[in-house]
Amino acid sequence: MVKSTSKDAQDLFRSLHSAYSATPTNLKIIDMYVVFAVFTALIQVAYMALVGSFPFNSFLSGVLSCVGTAVLAVCLRIQVNKENKEFKGLGFAGEFDSRQYALVLLGLVHRDCELGMGINWSLFPTANTIN
Amino acid sequence: MAANGSPKPEPMAAKKASPDLLNSSFSFKSLKLKTKQQELLLRVSILGLVYVLAFIARLFSVLRYESMIHEFDPYFNYRTTLFLTEKGFYEFWNWFDSESWYPLGRIIGGTLYPGLMVTAALIYWTLRFLRFFVHIREVCVLTAPFFASNTTLVAYFFGKEIWDTGAGLVAAALIAICPGYISRSVAGSYDNEAVAIFALLLTFYLFVKAVKTGSLSWALGSAFGYFYMVSAWGGYVFIINLVPLYVLVLLITGRYSMRLYVAYNCMYILGMLLAMQIRFVGFQHVQSGEHMAAMGVFLLMQVFYFLDWVKHQLNDTKLFQTFLRITVTSAILVGGIALGVGTASGYISPWTGRFYSLLDPTYAKDHIPIIASVSEHQPTAWSSFMFDYHILLFLFPAGLYFCFKRLSDATIFIVMYGLTSLYFAGVMVRLILVATPAVCLISAIAVSATVKNLTSLLRTKQKVPQTGSAKGVGSSKSSSKVTLDQSQPFHKNGAIALLVGVFYLLSRYAIHCTWVTSEAYSSPSIVLAARGAHGNRIIFDDYREAYYWLRQNTPTDAKVMSWWDYGYQITAMGNRTVIVDNNTWNNTHIATVGRAMSSYEDEAYDIMRSLDVNYVLVVFGGVTGYSSDDINKFLWMVRIGGGVYPVIKEPDYLVNGEFRVDKGASPKMLNCLMYKLCYYRFGELVTEYGKPTGYDRARGVEIGNKDIKLEHLEEAYTTSNWIVRIYRVKPPTNRL
Repeated sequence: MVKSTSKDAQDLFRSLHSAYSATPTNLKIIDMYVVFAVFTALIQVAYMALVGSFPFNSFLSGVLSCVGTAVLAVCLRIQVNKENKEFKGLGFAGEFDSRQYALVLLGLVHRDCELGMGINWSLFPTANTIN
Repeated sequence: MAANGSPKPEPMAAKKASPDLLNSSFSFKSLKLKTKQQELLLRVSILGLVYVLAFIARLFSVLRYESMIHEFDPYFNYRTTLFLTEKGFYEFWNWFDSESWYPLGRIIGGTLYPGLMVTAALIYWTLRFLRFFVHIREVCVLTAPFFASNTTLVAYFFGKEIWDTGAGLVAAALIAICPGYISRSVAGSYDNEAVAIFALLLTFYLFVKAVKTGSLSWALGSAFGYFYMVSAWGGYVFIINLVPLYVLVLLITGRYSMRLYVAYNCMYILGMLLAMQIRFVGFQHVQSGEHMAAMGVFLLMQVFYFLDWVKHQLNDTKLFQTFLRITVTSAILVGGIALGVGTASGYISPWTGRFYSLLDPTYAKDHIPIIASVSEHQPTAWSSFMFDYHILLFLFPAGLYFCFKRLSDATIFIVMYGLTSLYFAGVMVRLILVATPAVCLISAIAVSATVKNLTSLLRTKQKVPQTGSAKGVGSSKSSSKVTLDQSQPFHKNGAIALLVGVFYLLSRYAIHCTWVTSEAYSSPSIVLAARGAHGNRIIFDDYREAYYWLRQNTPTDAKVMSWWDYGYQITAMGNRTVIVDNNTWNNTHIATVGRAMSSYEDEAYDIMRSLDVNYVLVVFGGVTGYSSDDINKFLWMVRIGGGVYPVIKEPDYLVNGEFRVDKGASPKMLNCLMYKLCYYRFGELVTEYGKPTGYDRARGVEIGNKDIKLEHLEEAYTTSNWIVRIYRVKPPTNRL
């Protein structure tokens, strides 16, 4: 039983590997970027687990902006992938522009989160008001 | 663009153009317009008229009374907007107000939804920049009608997205005068819902557009719309739960696509980050149970699309099945563990009382009397539905039928929005407002589709019976028993009769809406009106009279105790510190006031001294017959006070379970502070011809305790119709 599952896993791994090497290079670059962004987010979570979450703002802004860039990169990949028939006519450049706006927004919000750190933390205990 | 116009009417138009031009009579044909341009002109003019209609339908109270802010909550919003325009954004964002909730104070900057105030302030600054020097109060009063007009535009575009331009136009017209929306957006009702419904519809429209096109820019737009909604109203929780639910339904029904992935992910991440800029919301998007559904669906989507991608890569079902099993089980395990740990450790806070009572309507009555006591939170009666929706009530199921006939991503969304919002509207009367756009849109689909089918039936030629019968089968209202030839005139007459019926219904709707707006929803509630004996109108302006008396005749650091309903108005108009106000966040403080009101005078005096109270304000309707006074609210004071201080027991104030104020009332009731303050000197007054002195017109009985003596308070002011009564708390007597 174990042997068959490990053999299955090896087959799985091999076929995935072979299928993946067939993807075009620009998509692979985007994939690497996504992995890098997710990896950065995971490092931040581990750091928070070690050191504690005191400026919760900065933690959230850091993690969410990493996740955000990852997600936007995946969106870019989807829209650029020639195999997705729903996205005809949207070239690499066109969607890149929209994505740039989204990333700029992400960066601004990140900065705002960090700046709001001190004020927000002092108010954190008084949350849970009803209006 | 014009070349696509159908060739048939064009030559006719060209032929008729010349004689018309010679006669110089104005007609469409004389302007040599193509059909497409005629249609565009019609659409633009209809939208323009609807825009103006939405605005002016809400101006009844401004015309009848004056341009003033209504109700209670809007006074707080007005005061904060005033502060914002005077002191600037930085002061506003960091404002700590020591004039409310004495002695605790309130961090206003961090406990309000700034969208409404910032919007009004921006409009005010824009007008000032254009050299229109209006007062901020005028801007506040007219913000709601302005945004209602904008909502009709968004409804048009949304209807166009879901169905077609005809449905969009009907939706805009329906929502312009629908009483469910008018009730919270008349001129003067300067409350969060005024801009929130606009933001809600805008967010939904942009999201549906994003799902339809898969474009990142529309998803960005919907994230901004969501940010505006979060800044405007606490009801944004509805969006953050409906959208994930919609995505889940699409995933389950197999309608998933890459567009959905792009749209939802972009909106969720960016929307969440933007929403956390509002201090009142804070970190709730990652910590509160109400927002976890969105996160759950986000993670589910990642897993789902990852699996889909792997499936696409593998092209081999067997291997994929194993992979699927491993991934799904691990994902569910990890997700379940995370959720369990989070909830158990308290990190993910459970649903707050207000929203939990939506899922379990009986929860508030047993556990949180303060939420149960608000009149807007009561369950809806059938009459309210009929009152607020009229014909839309039965057009809604018809529209649902049409939506199901032509299912697409957009129609699934509007069906879900309609059904969920109607459920919540049934639970809480205030939420009829949230359901109104959905009901209007779906009803518009029904009206538009029906009218389209009927008119297409009318337009079929006599000599083509087959096409006529085909169209007849397609429409829902014309008879399905199609017989050729002889029935053609019958079909046409039937269609004409039905069309007349439809237009009659719509005209009755318009009449009903105007009547409802005029009679029921245009009262400012701070100024009361009644008909005198000769039919003339009598205005009771007692509230403002009392608040201005407070403003002009009391020391500036005086503290006023009243029931929490009047807190905002006292701070805004009387400019004095209050003990409790309408932002009911501290239950114990309100319970203390409730206890003071329901105790004997000596105990109440001790409580008032501990709170530094200088003046007590009560509202009394016995002389005028005004029924929303403090005696009628008294049992809620007892319940809320008794919820925290067990010494206050509700049965002490009732006789055989009945609430009475006449001779048969319980002794505790006859001697409590509220009773004494309301009926002080009332026993000497004759209120109605033929009735004994001290006849309470609101309760319809003669009061039990006519000879009231006050030991620790003295009467400071009673308004001209005895509606508001103010008492001064005497300092303690000198100890000898």
